[in-house]
Amino acid sequence: MTVTSAELTEPTSAQLAEVALTRSEYDAATAQLGRGPNHLELGILGALWSEHCSYKTSKPLLRGLPTRGSRVLQGPGENAGAVDIGDGLACVFKIESHNHPSAIEPYQGAATGVGGILRDIFTMGARPIALLDSLRFGPLEEPHQQHLFDGVVAGIGGYGNCIGIPTVGGEVYFDAVYRDNCIVNAMCVGVVPHAKLTRARARGPGNAVLLVGADTGRDGIHGASFASVQFDASSQSRRPAVQVGNPFLEKCLMEACLELAGDPRVVAMQDLGAAGLCGSAAELAHRGGVGIDVDVSRVSRRERGMTPYEVMLSESQERMLVVVTPEEVVGVQAVFERWDLHSDVVGTIVTTPAFVVRDGDDVVCELPLAVLVDGAPERGAPGPRPSRSPQPGEPAALPAWSADETLMRLLGSPNIGSRKPIFRRYDHQVGDGTIVLPGGDAAVVRVPGSRRGLAMSTDGNARYTAADARRGAAIAVCEAARNVVATGAAPLAVTNCLNFGNPEHPEVYWDLHDAIAGIAEACDALGVPVVSGNVSLYNESEAGRIDPTVVIGMVGLLDDVERRCAAGFAADGDLIALVGPVGHGIDSSELEHLAFGMDRTDSAPDLDLDLERRVHRFVLEANAASLLRSAHDVADGGLAVALAECCLWGDRGASAELDELAHERPARSRVAGILFGESQSRFLISHPREALVQLEELAGRHSVPFQALGSVGGRRIKISGAIDIALDVAVRAYEGALSAGG
Amino acid sequence: MRFGVAVFPGTWSDRDCAHAVELAGHEAVMLWHKDTSLRGADCVILPGGFSYGDHLRAGAVARFAPLMDSVVDFAADGGLVWGICNGFQILCEAHLLPGALTRNSSLQFRCQPTWLRVESTASAFTAGSSRGDVLEIPISHGEGRYVADDATLAALEDEQRVAFRYVAPDGSPVGPASPNGSMRDIAGILNANRNVLGMMPHPERASEELLGSSDGMRLFQSVARSLARDGAVAAAAR
Repeated sequence: MTVTSAELTEPTSAQLAEVALTRSEYDAATAQLGRGPNHLELGILGALWSEHCSYKTSKPLLRGLPTRGSRVLQGPGENAGAVDIGDGLACVFKIESHNHPSAIEPYQGAATGVGGILRDIFTMGARPIALLDSLRFGPLEEPHQQHLFDGVVAGIGGYGNCIGIPTVGGEVYFDAVYRDNCIVNAMCVGVVPHAKLTRARARGPGNAVLLVGADTGRDGIHGASFASVQFDASSQSRRPAVQVGNPFLEKCLMEACLELAGDPRVVAMQDLGAAGLCGSAAELAHRGGVGIDVDVSRVSRRERGMTPYEVMLSESQERMLVVVTPEEVVGVQAVFERWDLHSDVVGTIVTTPAFVVRDGDDVVCELPLAVLVDGAPERGAPGPRPSRSPQPGEPAALPAWSADETLMRLLGSPNIGSRKPIFRRYDHQVGDGTIVLPGGDAAVVRVPGSRRGLAMSTDGNARYTAADARRGAAIAVCEAARNVVATGAAPLAVTNCLNFGNPEHPEVYWDLHDAIAGIAEACDALGVPVVSGNVSLYNESEAGRIDPTVVIGMVGLLDDVERRCAAGFAADGDLIALVGPVGHGIDSSELEHLAFGMDRTDSAPDLDLDLERRVHRFVLEANAASLLRSAHDVADGGLAVALAECCLWGDRGASAELDELAHERPARSRVAGILFGESQSRFLISHPREALVQLEELAGRHSVPFQALGSVGGRRIKISGAIDIALDVAVRAYEGALSAGG
Repeated sequence: MRFGVAVFPGTWSDRDCAHAVELAGHEAVMLWHKDTSLRGADCVILPGGFSYGDHLRAGAVARFAPLMDSVVDFAADGGLVWGICNGFQILCEAHLLPGALTRNSSLQFRCQPTWLRVESTASAFTAGSSRGDVLEIPISHGEGRYVADDATLAALEDEQRVAFRYVAPDGSPVGPASPNGSMRDIAGILNANRNVLGMMPHPERASEELLGSSDGMRLFQSVARSLARDGAVAAAAR
């Protein structure tokens, strides 16, 4: 076989920049191929060797993550991870970023992010049961940030609501570091019987390759490469590289694919995502150790005059590759036709492990899959670890806010206030499975046809990772686990999305390195494997880069949804207790952010992973023994905010007395640390009076600090004479926190 | 009793409706939009979703589905037809119910609990409630603002064909807290023969205490009881 298009004679720097390859990568490709690539081959190489597809920087670092566990059915490397949840069922989940497109066109960027992660789940044969989103924007008071925030929320809702998968959770933070690079991470959770779990591994030379769903247009060309370079002044003109979503088409595609899941006629399924047809076809064949021969002339197109280059690199949405035995093509096509979906036989599985593209009779590309998928040279550290210079000078004095005023400011801040203006725009109840609605700690969704529940949460406080990437990332794992544990669910496994700046800068590279180490440490300590994930680099512009933003998606299992634990206070007269240490210091806290804006101290809260594990055990055992009425993790804003949240969510007041505030007259900064400091490994629980002795005994057995604080009741939030606020006043501040944007 | 649940491309409350029907102890059969058979259903549910992607207008394309010809005939013969959310929109487009559902006054999608006052018990759907009962049933829609001309609204009121009105949790008028800005706070209406109900809220999502409310189950049970009572009549009409 000979490739008819002439090879390029040494591409220009502009040509290499177009496909985001460096000169040395081009040279490596030429050496591996034994020849220079032609124009189409160069484009395909650029897409598959992009950071987005090849993980050339992060892959060596990600090898350090723990991915094994007794429940793991599928770890990283497939479309999504899968864990056993009993009853012959598997939970399939993954998180993925869509940051770059969302910064350019927020509605479509976010919508297609949701569409993409949904496809990853139903490609595995799993019916999606929940979506979550982790979002970061610049300061909400800025009009452009409101535009991005509103567009992203509308896009997530526009896609999820239309396709009918509930959006049950997520988080949002506002910080100046995201002004030019917003973060949009979408997570999807699905459920499938083990026997129907479908892999994206092509087998059987001679099998037919069907391309199903949307016709192919010019949208999204170079999307993968675009996501792998830094933003610059021309980025806004990259709008054609943003895809447009059609959730209705995806709904039909999902139902048809789920009808075919577990069908012996279907050998493999792979959705089309980054790098379009070339990315999906290459990965599908390479995973199965076979080759693939695609004829672009057979691809149905949305517009005339498209070149093979455009067809292969288009990122048109809602498309799927399905490998089918040749004699069953008609039968499988009939399933798609029932859903009014068009399908074309565009290729064949072949023995030689090569990626061959034809345009009718002409072979226009022939690349060994080993070169294409695994050939990208891995990138090591771009330089030695930079030393961190300690923050000079005295710590600034806190503003002269009273404790009451501080709490009100925190409750009314966009980072802490009520998320209702967001989640009421998402259908969070379709599926008749959402048992714990969004707005608390983790959401709980019932496994269809079962009493089991899946608790799910996304978390990641970038202020901690900015101060200390390793500890901050470990805290993200712990906080996600804490949210799941607060519902009474045992953490099962983790998916992660690593959003960082340009890794060609040593400080970014080493932060990434350290963050992955921190995730690994915490996952090991808590016994939760990482089963899927995504890396988004180059979240950087001329004006600056984002803080290292580690988003952890955690799924936990509740054997019986009736045994779930509430987050808000549930009954007047119940006692309140703090489980875990009393707060000290306000380093990297929400209060520090509110008081000083961009001025940061240089340390993240302390973390004792062994204490963390013991605290989780305490809460899970206390809940299993029916000793708890509510449990809420103490996170952003510290103990005072956690207590106020329990009051607001339960619509009842509370009165708490802290030993540390009663016996002495501590300095103001110490009071701030106790009330608003973000010390880790803490829960605020409420319980019936008669459970106190058993709880104290259980805390002793697990060596967990336990302090009885007071009781639930009344219509005021009171702490040790320092705080005394009417519940109704707190409600107004809390509910209005996002009013500048929602 | 057998409830037929219509499935158009883009329908997503079909499984939830079947779940509620089965919880109520009855049988649910799915009705495919390309078929004309109602599979012996005693009551046809047009569930929520974005049928045909809401192309043109919500419900505008679904009314032309082959299944809808059978549904229109079934309704004309006195069969019970229950449109929920997108199903209500389809019933208006198919002229089985008057008026239209337009963009929420907030211009945003809304998924939230609502409280419905039962305004008429003279239908199979509402006979199991008392007039003035307040049901907690959630909504989930972007286009649920009910509008109609004055003559239609007057006729709906005079003939007591307003089935449900949005109210505050204590039953008082909802006022500016209206979830979608519907005229006269209308959440659901009946046709002149009282055998066709359209409502924007989702009773199938209020089918278990575990989901926050079981008030919607009263409507499913009411339909089943009415069918059992009038079984002979309904069977004869079919």
